[in-house]
This record gives sequence, C-alpha cells and structure tokens, in this order.
Amino acid sequence: MATLAAVEEPRKTEETALITGSEAIAVACKLADVDVITAYPIRPYDTVMQYVCKLVSNGEMDCEYIVAEGEHSQFEIVKHASAAGARVFCGSSGVGWMYAMEALTVTPALRIPMIAMVGNRALDDPGAFGVEHNDALTVRDLGWQLVWVDNAQEALDTALIAYRVAEDRRIFLPCAISCDGAFLTHSQALVKIPSQEKVNEFLPPYNRGDLLLHPDNPITVAPQGNEDWVMEIRRQNYAAMERAHGVIVEAYADFERIFGRSYGNPFFEEYMTDDADIVLMGMGTLSISVKVAIRQMRREGKKVGFVRMRWFRPFAAEELAKSLQRFEAIGVIDRDYSFGSPYLGGVLAGEIRHALYPGAGKKPPVLDFICGLGGREVTVPDVQKMADSVYHAADGKAQPLTQWIGLRE
Amino acid sequence: MSTYIQIDPTQKLDPFKAVKKLPLEEYFTSGHRTCQGCESALVMKMMAKAAGPRTIVLGSTGCMYVANTTYYSTSWVLPWMHTQLGSSGSAALGTAAALKALMRKGKMKKEPINVIAFCGDGGGADMGVGAISATLTHPDYNCLILMYDNESYANTDIQLSGSTPWGANTTFSTPGKVKRIMHRRWKKNMAGMMAAGHPTCRYVATVCMSYALAGMNAMRKALSIGGPTFIHSLDPCPKGWDYDPYLSHEMGELAVNTGVWPLYEVEDGVLRLTGRTQQIAAGKIKRQPVRDYLLKQGRFAHFTNDDIDYFQSKVDEMWGKWLVPGVIPFQREVEADNPPA
Repeated sequence: MATLAAVEEPRKTEETALITGSEAIAVACKLADVDVITAYPIRPYDTVMQYVCKLVSNGEMDCEYIVAEGEHSQFEIVKHASAAGARVFCGSSGVGWMYAMEALTVTPALRIPMIAMVGNRALDDPGAFGVEHNDALTVRDLGWQLVWVDNAQEALDTALIAYRVAEDRRIFLPCAISCDGAFLTHSQALVKIPSQEKVNEFLPPYNRGDLLLHPDNPITVAPQGNEDWVMEIRRQNYAAMERAHGVIVEAYADFERIFGRSYGNPFFEEYMTDDADIVLMGMGTLSISVKVAIRQMRREGKKVGFVRMRWFRPFAAEELAKSLQRFEAIGVIDRDYSFGSPYLGGVLAGEIRHALYPGAGKKPPVLDFICGLGGREVTVPDVQKMADSVYHAADGKAQPLTQWIGLRE
Repeated sequence: MSTYIQIDPTQKLDPFKAVKKLPLEEYFTSGHRTCQGCESALVMKMMAKAAGPRTIVLGSTGCMYVANTTYYSTSWVLPWMHTQLGSSGSAALGTAAALKALMRKGKMKKEPINVIAFCGDGGGADMGVGAISATLTHPDYNCLILMYDNESYANTDIQLSGSTPWGANTTFSTPGKVKRIMHRRWKKNMAGMMAAGHPTCRYVATVCMSYALAGMNAMRKALSIGGPTFIHSLDPCPKGWDYDPYLSHEMGELAVNTGVWPLYEVEDGVLRLTGRTQQIAAGKIKRQPVRDYLLKQGRFAHFTNDDIDYFQSKVDEMWGKWLVPGVIPFQREVEADNPPA
C-alpha cells in the first residue's frame, strides 16, 4: 500500500496502527474532540461514520452523533451546530455530496469552519462506486478549501491541519479532505497516531468569537444583503481565501515542529523532479502507480518526475508556475472531466494552464489525460503511455491536447 | 411521564394568565417591512415574547426571513440565523445538538436555552417536511419548529404550496377561460401528520394569532415539555388571500369558527381540542358556513356555488366522518370523492 511520507523516528508518544484512510480520519475527529458529527450512508465515505459510531459507543469519543435523513440535512445540521460554537465533522461521496449542494453553498458563505471528508466517487449515472474527482470539484468556486491526500497517514495529519486552518479566525472557511474512494477509504496502512497532548498543543479550541449565535451575543446571521452589501461580503470571503495560503504554511510548519513529521511544500508534493525533463501531475492515490512507473522509466533513462497536487483551493499558482517552468513539457492526469471546457480537457489541466499563463518566462506545453474514471485503475503501462506522449510534446511533435487513456477501444 | 427521555437542562415556562400579565419586553421589534395586517409578523412578535430572552431563533427562507432581516435593520433582538428553505428541522436539531454537546463537555455555561426554528408553509409543508419529520424523531434535543402558514409562497409572489386550500387563486393556479379550478389538491394536514407520525414527539399544537394568548401558552408548553415539538399556526395574509388588511384578526376567527382550522394540542399522546374548536365539538356553538369565510377573500372570488358547496362538504367530512374530527382523516367507510370539474 501507500508509502508513508517522510516519517521520522517513531516518538514514544505515538502509537502505530494498521488502519484505513477512513479510519484515520475518524481517529483525527476523536483527537480533535469534535462536538457534533452527522452521518448518512453512501459508499465509500460512510466507513468513516461507521468508525466514528464505534468510537462513540465505546466511550472513546464524546460527541453528538446524529444520523440524518439525507445529505442536505446532514450538512445543514452541522452548519448550524458550528454557528452555535461546536466543532463539527461531516462528509459524503458522489451524488450524496451533490444532494447536499445547497448546504455546501451556504457553508463557506456563512464562514463556517466545517471539516468534511469526501470519499471521492463517480457521479451517477451510470452507477459506479469507484473514484472520480468531479464530486468534490463542484464546490471549487464557492469558498471551500479543497485538499487531496494519497495515504492514510496524510489523511489523519491533514484532517488535524484542516481544523487548525479552517478554525483560524483569519480564515473561517470550511475544508473538504478528498480521499479516493476504495483506493484510500478502504485500504489499510500503518499510521502513526499522535498523542492527545501533542494534538492539544497543535490545535487550539474552536472559538466562534463575535460570530457565536448565543443569547449573550444576539446577532442576526445571514440577513438579506442584496445589491447594497453582497459584493462587500463576497470580498471578505475572497480575502479569507487569499489569507489561507499563509495560514496553511504556518500550520504545516507548526505541525512539523510539534509532531516531527514534514510534508515539505504543503501545496504540492514533488517526486523525482530535480533532474526531470518532463513531469506528470495528478491528485490522490494515482500517485502510487505513477511513482512505480517513474522508477521503471528512470531505469530506461527517461527522466520523468511527478507533481502531486495536495491543495486545490487555495491554489498555489505562483509557486506551482515557478516550479513547472523547469520542465520541457507537462502531462496532467485528470481523474475528472469537464465536458465542453477549453480543449475539452479536465478540471485540473485547465487550472494548471491558467496558473501558467500570466507568469513570466517559459510556458511548457501542457497535455491533458483523462484517466481512471469510475474507479478504473491507472496502471503502470497507462502512465508510460502518457509519459511518452509528453516526451513527444517536449520534442516538438504535435500531440492531442486532451487524450483519454485506458479507454476500451 | 416516565416513558419519555428527560433532558437536562429543560426550560420551565409557566403559562401566561391573561393578556395584561404579558411582559412588556419585545424581542421582535421595529425594522421589519412586513405587509400591513401581516399575521405572521404577529406570530414572530408574540412567540418571541412567549419564549423570552434566553432563546436562539432560526428562520428558514420565506416571508419572515426576507421581510424581517434587511441587513443593518434587523427586527430581531434575539440571536437569529437564516437557514435554507427546507432546513428548519435541521437548523433546530443542529443548534440544539451543539448546545447539548458544549454544555455537557463544559465548553459552555449550562442553562436552558430555547431553540426555535420558524418556517413558512412552503419551507415546512413542502420542502422541509422530511427534515422536520426527522427532527421530531430525535428525543434527545430540546427544540421547537413552528410553521407559520399563510397558505402560499407569499414572499415570492403568492404561488401555491402544499398548504394552499383547494381551488385558491394563486399565481401558479390562476383561473382561466377554460379551467376555473387550477389547484385541485386538498391542504396538507401538517399538525395531524406530525402528531400521528412521531410518537416520541411530546407536543404538537395548532394555533392562530386571533387567539394570541392561547398560542403563546402553547409555545411555552412546547418549550418546557422536553424534546422536539411542533406548532402549526394559521396566519391570514392580506396580500395572498386578497382582503383588506384590517380584517386579518377576523379572518383568523372565521377560519376557526367555520371549522376550516381546528385548534388542538396533542400532549404526551393525548389529544385535546382547544378554544372555539372545543366548543364547536362539544355542541356549544355551531360551525359557521364556510361561505362566510371564503367570500371575504379574493383568492376564492372565482368560486361558483358548486365550488363553495364542495368546500363545505369537505369541511363537513372533516367534522362528520374523520376518525378524530379535524385531526385524523381516516374514515371507517370511504365514500366517493367527486369534486366539481
């Protein structure tokens, strides 16, 4: 399974456990002392709620654990609990996430620091339990912070970091942690579980402050603003998202200081890029087969690197553009689609091209590969095929801008 | 009753003895821009007074959101928060759950705080019925959902809802040259449905602000009994029902006296008819003909005598044939239902 990201010598205060990505997030909820959690079944995210249920029934976790009657209510319940001062957790997958869309829309608008897990799943129809990233990506414009992780340790750590960032008064925006359905939600790995003392040192209590809905603070929340004020209020959310970049950097630095585990650049992971001619890019667990393929290709003398995006919102455009200019050509692997978009590509490729455009300097060609939809595996031969095409582009040979890889002929 | 879950802390609010005993403090004051004669605004004012200062109010999208909370001129003295159209149940549940968790874990001072979610008939009887139903099944949380029913989506231009009476003229059921009756659905029986369908919900009541003291005392009982509760208020609406605003109070009385709007409460599973409805059922006063009620409202101006007779027959059926008159619409024998075409 997943290799653990740069882990130091185990500390005495840490336990190691063999757990799934979902269980890792449940453990993070326990360590974060979450107050209100709402569950509703949809595969594959719902395993996190099954683990939370056990933690509650075994007395390991003290929270209100509410089973809602649908995702819309599921997200509305925790939204209101957060407004009343509670630390909250929620989550969903695929069309469940879409069913909650109205609630997902107002959550960042209300500056609710909800943490949600998205067990990425293909949208209906046709039915598929497997991973696609379109579910989480639907909220990319709304003020949600979006982060993709690729192993259980990173899931646990990122959940703690997400609470720290989201509940920072400078931010107060929700954060969705995307975990690839099945490949991460249901796959076990050895995870270092930090001690409660260290978590308490890292994560201060949630303080709703002057926005708390309480009889001692009789405010009116979310009135009618209309053309008089909506634009100024939107601008505040814009500013919060602008600040998020710096707060995330702070949080990762503190995380490293307290837990002794480093993620390097918080926003994207670079793998074998130092001497790379070309790079592939992607999000989530496809990193595993990409890394294996890269090691094979390097034995054949092909200098291929990989850039795995973690934070999609906020999007670290300047840092990314600076890094990507080092390469001859870039291949973006999209585990999503955006029908009718520019060059008929996926969402991630569009964002990468956007990030590269205004920057000064070299603009390497960007190819887009739609791959691994509906939970189809991204195989090592798939990755080699993509890398070959990117090499051709680097050599100036015309390549289609968007290619579907691993498609049955 | 010992069969019910006891929640600590739960509010203790005694009934008001008389109008003159009401507190002078207002918690819903100036700043709103509801229509003249708006009975739903009266619900907000009187119910906030009944609940008192240690209260959190949630308001789902509807008249009482749009008209009451213009930015910088809120009419709420109590803490108030908007919730989405179908979310009154979820808003009440989430807020109550937060208070419970935070007080239990020592993160907030322990005290009874009322949680009230107001929804209109569109938010309650249509879009939000699932979330309200779910909330009423959660015995561990003290919260009240009050549906202020003006029988249409009155803020968005008077469109029919599941709570609009049969035949009414709305902007989605405008009578035309060929079809006179565009709205052929009978009004949903929300309070009866909530009471019958949620046996652990300890208090359900119907009220009308023409009888404000009774309504406020229903509110105080709902907040004090423990667990989730539901109140359904019928609110005459000059704009949606098309009558002169000075008639609002009388319109509510007519709704009750014609038997169209039965007043009752279901407390710990025991049904009690209240107010004039009780007197009608006891035979002390006679039900007025529905004609007196319908013909005062422009929304029924297109009714023929047949339509009025049909409406009367349906109300008679409520009183004569329902298993529990005015409340539970089962009959021992079902007769053919032939509405005029």
